[in-house]
Amino acid sequence: MSEISMFHAQTAQNPFNGGAPDQLVTKATPATLASADYKNATFTGWRRENGRVGVRNHVILLPLDDLSNAACEAVANTVKGTMALPHAYGRLQFGADLDLHFRTLIGIGSNPNVAAVVVIGIEDQWTNTVVQGIAKTGKPVVGFGIEGHGDIATIAKASYQAKKFVQWATELPRETCSISELWVSTKCGESDTTTGLSSCPTVGNMYDKLIPHGIYGVFGETSEITGAEHLCKERAASPEIAEKWYKMWKSYQDDVIEAHKTNDLSDSQPTKGNIAGGLTTIEEKALGNLEKIGRECKFIDALEPAEAPAKGPGLYYMDTSSAAAECVTLMAAAGYVIHTFPTGQGNVIGNPIVPVIKISGNPRTIRTMGEHIDVDVSGVLRRDMTIPQAGDALIDMIIRTANGRLTAAESLGHREFVMTKLYRSA
Amino acid sequence: MSAPHLLVHEKKDTVGVVVVEGLKAGTDMLCVVTHDNSAFHLTAKMDVPIGHKVALVDIKAGDTIWKYGQDIGIAKADIAKGEHLHVHNAKTKRW
Repeated sequence: MSEISMFHAQTAQNPFNGGAPDQLVTKATPATLASADYKNATFTGWRRENGRVGVRNHVILLPLDDLSNAACEAVANTVKGTMALPHAYGRLQFGADLDLHFRTLIGIGSNPNVAAVVVIGIEDQWTNTVVQGIAKTGKPVVGFGIEGHGDIATIAKASYQAKKFVQWATELPRETCSISELWVSTKCGESDTTTGLSSCPTVGNMYDKLIPHGIYGVFGETSEITGAEHLCKERAASPEIAEKWYKMWKSYQDDVIEAHKTNDLSDSQPTKGNIAGGLTTIEEKALGNLEKIGRECKFIDALEPAEAPAKGPGLYYMDTSSAAAECVTLMAAAGYVIHTFPTGQGNVIGNPIVPVIKISGNPRTIRTMGEHIDVDVSGVLRRDMTIPQAGDALIDMIIRTANGRLTAAESLGHREFVMTKLYRSA
Repeated sequence: MSAPHLLVHEKKDTVGVVVVEGLKAGTDMLCVVTHDNSAFHLTAKMDVPIGHKVALVDIKAGDTIWKYGQDIGIAKADIAKGEHLHVHNAKTKRW
């Protein structure tokens, strides 16, 4: 019997016809252990120079600015095992917008999923700002400026360095780590009414189980709390944090939405996809969204975009856009190493350095685009799976992902890396 | 319990969510309230796509719509029990 026909024999579902075949077929040992005893669950990760643990071991080519994308991509083509992170900005930014640009790039380079970094910029000074910021973690990082040398000489120098980094990084050993060392972020996308019933409370249940054991969590999506802000405010750990959070939420309402809205936020919230999926109003969307923080956890701080959490383990709020790639990029820049992403209608987003785990309860999405879904919780809608069981299934997948299983987004090559911009460049 | 056609978050809610594909008008829907697992039956008055909402009671134009036990917006038209409730007959109170 060939390998393919054996695969068929183990499952009633054709693995080439949608569905989430890996999850249905694979009886992974670590997964079984994790749900049985998640408090003592472990994974094998890479402990970095600053003590943080990563679940991936990337060597990245990080452009300071849009002009340096070409050189970064050329190096990544030349040196196998490296990855370029092209993006659209980095010139003529100033003030808080420039601070956010640097914070995001330095945060991405500092993320423990990254072993080593080559930074390339159009000029030396800002390039060096990013290099110095990443160097504080103790990890290997070098920078190259293009001006005065040109792309070709820069690509050559950067390629020699990137090759050394890859050969060094690929020999780094993995070590056994407690699940409590994970930083797990969340944001949902292409939501519908099934996310509020199944995939979002699945994430909430995971946080209720793992936050007490010392993981870091974070949720955001400032515009998408609208309609549930009274409930969100109550979930702050103290009146001071509640007020800090409320100011962030209100400032987006007043400064951005009120200033720029056309009709119903230009039909952006809910999105066309949300509406096709049955969501009617922003209030309804927000109430489903907030299911991601479970029943028990309180958030212990409200972070600026891409700000690293500094109050120890627990759940955090981050002021982010609700656009998937912008939000996940900011959370990756804050140091989160795994992202949990509930979807209803089928968002396909990934991130270059952080594995994005997709959870869906919509049986139509599982049927039509199951290759994008890592955890199938459609049983919750059929009432043959409880939310706690769905939460265990997600914890299993978090452990398997931490141990190296590529997510659907990773295996399909989704590397959306999108900088958040606060206002127009000078 | 067989698989439900419609799920309702809270007892207080005036809408439920269709959780099966291809629901046809006239279907005697098994409805379950997820909060306490209580069940009831309701006849769908229209074909309603999966994920879309059905009114659980007669709703008048101007009435608040309740889901998750919370206010999710306002009815723009009268919506009869068993009918499809969406952007054509309901909207946010925010913008």
